[in-house]
Amino acid sequence: MSKELIRLQNLVMEFDGERILDDINLYFNDHEFLTLLGPSGCGKSTTLRIIGGFLTPTSGKVLFDGKVINDVPPYKRQVNTVFQRYALFPHLDVYDNIAFGLKVAKLPKDEIDRRVTEMLEIVSLKGYENRRIDNLSGGQQQRVAIARALVNQPKVLLLDEPLAALDLRLRKDMQNELKRIQQATGITFIYVTHDQEEALSMSDTVVVMDKGRIQQIGRPEDIYNEPKNAFVADFIGESNILDGVMLADYKVRFFGRTFVCVDKGFAPNEPVDVVIRPEDIDIVPQSEGHLVGTVTSVTFKGLNYDIIVDFRGFKWLIQTTDFHAVGSTIGIRLNPEDIHIMHKSEYSGMFGDYSSYSAEYDELTEDAGDEEE
Amino acid sequence: MKKNNAILLSTPYILWMLAFTLIPLGVVAYYALTDPATGVFSLGNLRDLNMYWGVLWESILYSLISAFICLLLGYPVAYFIAHQGAVAQKILYMLVMLPMCMSFLLRTLAWVGLLQDTGIINDFLEMIGIGRMQLIRTPGAVVLGMVYNYLPYMILPLYSTIVKINPRLIEAAEDLGCNTVQVFRRVTLPLSVPGILSGITMVFVPAVSTFYISQKLGGTDTVLIGDVIERQFKQGNNPNLGAALSLVLMILVFVCTGIMNRFGADEEGGVIA
Repeated sequence: MSKELIRLQNLVMEFDGERILDDINLYFNDHEFLTLLGPSGCGKSTTLRIIGGFLTPTSGKVLFDGKVINDVPPYKRQVNTVFQRYALFPHLDVYDNIAFGLKVAKLPKDEIDRRVTEMLEIVSLKGYENRRIDNLSGGQQQRVAIARALVNQPKVLLLDEPLAALDLRLRKDMQNELKRIQQATGITFIYVTHDQEEALSMSDTVVVMDKGRIQQIGRPEDIYNEPKNAFVADFIGESNILDGVMLADYKVRFFGRTFVCVDKGFAPNEPVDVVIRPEDIDIVPQSEGHLVGTVTSVTFKGLNYDIIVDFRGFKWLIQTTDFHAVGSTIGIRLNPEDIHIMHKSEYSGMFGDYSSYSAEYDELTEDAGDEEE
Repeated sequence: MKKNNAILLSTPYILWMLAFTLIPLGVVAYYALTDPATGVFSLGNLRDLNMYWGVLWESILYSLISAFICLLLGYPVAYFIAHQGAVAQKILYMLVMLPMCMSFLLRTLAWVGLLQDTGIINDFLEMIGIGRMQLIRTPGAVVLGMVYNYLPYMILPLYSTIVKINPRLIEAAEDLGCNTVQVFRRVTLPLSVPGILSGITMVFVPAVSTFYISQKLGGTDTVLIGDVIERQFKQGNNPNLGAALSLVLMILVFVCTGIMNRFGADEEGGVIA
């Protein structure tokens, strides 16, 4: 199952003296669905383009099956790419787009025909063979792009924000579809996205990147439950991030109170970042609360209310299914497993305070997905 | 209201078209279809055209050859310019345009100076021991003059088509197994077809009706349709025949470009691939 297929060693990429990738070390296993996740400009697309062969790293090595492939041109790599905005050939119809790679490889005509037909079926585009590309909807173009890459039976499929241009509904469908195709074919998928939900729901492994560096690698559950630093905690889901002091193993102090937690292995009295997920917080009557605060804003989200609660000037985001009016005073309880402790990092103090909260914060993270060069 | 504004704004141009394009065309047609002596309707001018089919054919041949050479010379240049940085693109574009800023007559006369028997090129050939050659007054000189004068009209539309090709398409082709040559044959060239067609049209149309180039650079046996038409109006004093020739030439140009564009529409379907 987990044979190593690709390895990136001390990868550095610079454009005009600006460091885009800073010492990336990463390996990809065969049959794995791995996602590079990060905000715009974090280097995730650059990493993908290096694997695809469109960029040559400034230094470091790209190994494929143990062989260095830094100087192997794209057309000789056993890798195919689904491009951002698809890059379908406008002068060819659906059939010829999908058959492109097979025709270049000079396969016999009947085999090309068989494989293209089979692929059209997999991506549910039967009957669209002779359609022109500009007569297709975004979702259909997307599926042609996937078929065009997959029909070559590559060892690895690179996908560069393939769903970014689709609307929400279609995106969800395509997520399931991609996951299904990946499991059916067993092809290694390396997927680039800025959408944390997409990354968590599809991947076997998630690599969180920022500023050209890998921030954390892990299974989706681990990334979500045990973020390594404030950046990851904030980027993956919502997080309240507080300053704390680790008094001893299983004992952390913040907001003037000592809490029991499940973390250990920190130096005595080490300053730490404490992460508390908005959905883990239990709201209780004032008298029973570990902490008491005042509700300053309420937003109905459908599934729950997002409420902002002021605890001694620090504003928390709490997700609750019960309505609490603005101005009301509530108590909260924190269970030991809801408190996540992280070492201080360069990101400490940058995230996790909801003072500047507005109803648009969701949209702001959505917008981060502009095309990267 | 909005529609009225549009009509109002386009009125000057419509009047201009009417006065200087449509009415003159009518006049040309009138002359072409009337008898020079009596002024009554006659197909006599068209009958007289029979003498000139050879000339007409030769003109088309010269122009097509020139357009084809322009394509061969111009495509690599346009491709090269389109793949430079933004600043270099602007400079190179200017350089391509530069000869067009010089008078057409002067440019052609300059070639006379270069090619004539006692010209610079022949002086040089003699100096290095090859000896003087017949350069001017040859069909080659006429084609050279056409290519030189109309090459920018080929390069500019090609450049603007090539520069618009999405670089991701090139990457996609590479990704799907194309080496450099295959990328060009399967993607770049088919996507350049609109530029190629408009380049050929832009060279062919002025070349087919030119007269000055053939007069200055061609021999006595190289007579193009433009020369014939000019002669009808000047020495020949037969504007009716001249008009008929012009009319036929115009129709032929229309037919040629029409065929080419039809061919181009099919081409987009991927004939080259």
